[in-house]
Amino acid sequence: MNTRPHIALQGLRKLYPGNARPTFDEIWFDIMPGEFVCLIGHSGCGKTTLLNILAGLEQASGGTVIVEGRELTGPGLDRAVIFQSHALLPWMSVRENIAFAIRSRWPGWSRAEVEAHGQRYIDLVHLSGAERKKPAQLSGGMKQRVGIARALAIQPRILLMDEPFSALDALTRGALQDEVVAISATTRQTTFMITHDVDEAMLLADRIVLMTSGPDARVAEIVENGLPRGRTRQELHRLPGYAALRNHLLDFLVERPAGRPADPRHPPLRRIGAAEHPATANPR
Amino acid sequence: MPRPGQRARAIALSLLLLALFLGAWQAAVSGGGGTAAQMDPDYAALMGTAATQGASAMPGPAQVATRLAELLADPFYDRGANDKGIGIQLGWSLLRVMLGYALAVLVAVPLGFLIGTSALLRQALDPFIQILKPISPLAWMPLALYTIKDSGRSAIFVIFICSVWPLLLNTAFGVASVRREWLNVARTLEVSRWRMAWRVILPAAAPTILTGMRISIGIAWLVIVAAEMLVGGTGIGYFVWNQWNNLSITDVIIAILLIGLVGMALDQLLAWAGRRVGYSE
Ligand SMILES: Nc1ncnc2c1ncn2[C@@H]1O[C@H](COP(=O)(O)OP(=O)(O)OP(=O)(O)O)[C@@H](O)[C@H]1O
Ligand SMILES: [Mg+2]
Repeated sequence: MNTRPHIALQGLRKLYPGNARPTFDEIWFDIMPGEFVCLIGHSGCGKTTLLNILAGLEQASGGTVIVEGRELTGPGLDRAVIFQSHALLPWMSVRENIAFAIRSRWPGWSRAEVEAHGQRYIDLVHLSGAERKKPAQLSGGMKQRVGIARALAIQPRILLMDEPFSALDALTRGALQDEVVAISATTRQTTFMITHDVDEAMLLADRIVLMTSGPDARVAEIVENGLPRGRTRQELHRLPGYAALRNHLLDFLVERPAGRPADPRHPPLRRIGAAEHPATANPR
Repeated sequence: MPRPGQRARAIALSLLLLALFLGAWQAAVSGGGGTAAQMDPDYAALMGTAATQGASAMPGPAQVATRLAELLADPFYDRGANDKGIGIQLGWSLLRVMLGYALAVLVAVPLGFLIGTSALLRQALDPFIQILKPISPLAWMPLALYTIKDSGRSAIFVIFICSVWPLLLNTAFGVASVRREWLNVARTLEVSRWRMAWRVILPAAAPTILTGMRISIGIAWLVIVAAEMLVGGTGIGYFVWNQWNNLSITDVIIAILLIGLVGMALDQLLAWAGRRVGYSE
């Protein structure tokens, strides 16, 4: 935990032209290598904007993002984005959508190499048999799977997900969450995910960043997930500390705190879930 | 969804309407006919005996069908400037349309692409497009004849100028309205500009571009007839005008029919192409 952060958000601020107040300001937190961080906040507090800035798709109005020691300047193949609306190219088949990403990552690869590599990821997300289908012929869950396969296929160092499962029914969402658990257990990619599903955050995240309501949103606090590792969806609610963590997160969402932390650079860090551990200090 | 059997019934109804139309036509020409008394004297003089003889002035469907068979039996003969097969005339018109249209596609699609991607260019060019677009293509004809000094090429220019606007506007619109998330996907993959244009923007905008192409070919085919009436020489438009001067109403009717059929074929061709590049989200 004491290595250099993979991603460091330093005083990020976004002011959309025409708005009187910034959407968010003074956003400071780190994401460590291999860490899975979830962001929870009320609708409109700027979560998507924040993720787009990390993806390089949008410019911050202030502050910087440091990735692996370098200031971020634009989009890049080191970061893959899984979009809420899956963003598949509708004129391409499943295989072509994934091949498009693979060819972008490794332009020199032969057709056979691209095919074989793509097939591995199609199999990984259990889409074998649907390779030739167009996105319009797929269910919502299948489309999201293609989006996941496309993101994973370029073997990014960082995975950015914007409410990837929010548009899905509970069953499909559960199945995909299980797949994300399995995949991230093997790849140990650094992952940043926006969600509004408290259980999803508790299942997947190592740390959960809570944002205050906008405008002028801040990081209210960072909750370290104290639930034991190797969690499964079926077992989650039986884990010791589950109720404490869940209540804490839900209280935050219900109370809608708009207040600011005293020191935006070091938002309060709480470790909840592992019953007896006291809150540890901010690793910084 | 059409119910099963609906298609068959629609065809039957179409055939019935056709029969009714042909019957009415036959009845109209064989009946009282054009009475010379009601006719404008100048017009009667112009038309000569053909019009004033009543029944024989307007050909009936049978007459037209016979003549059509005659024309189609040998469509490609060439006996001098004023006597060419109907196939040759249609061929000339199609050739002019294709040349002018191809030129318009070559100019309008890349230019529309630029306009669609650059808001600055879009605003800068907008006043020109707005002024040039409503000009009837035929209004360009004298200027074209004066500068190009060749009637055939002037007709091609007129086709070009009438096809270019729908193509330009549709391409620009299609390119400008490519979904932002598709562009974002390509951006996160660090796709080059060229690959972005070919693999993302063009396929995304293709249905809109094809719609523009379909509108354009329709206008081009409308305009070529008028243009050829003006410049003369060859082409189906010239044929219509020439047969009018020869008072061969039968041939005029046949030309009208063929113009309609060819126009429909062109339209269907582009509709088919549009379906090929279409996608559903
Ligand atoms: N292009 C824009 N111009 C002006 N304001 C914008 C723009 N995009 C977003 N905003 C504003 O910024 C705020 C944050 O938007 P954002 O989409 O980041 O919210 P979010 O937290 O992702 O919300 P949700 O949970 O509903 O997805 C909103 O109030 C929105 O109105
Ligand atoms: Mg959002």
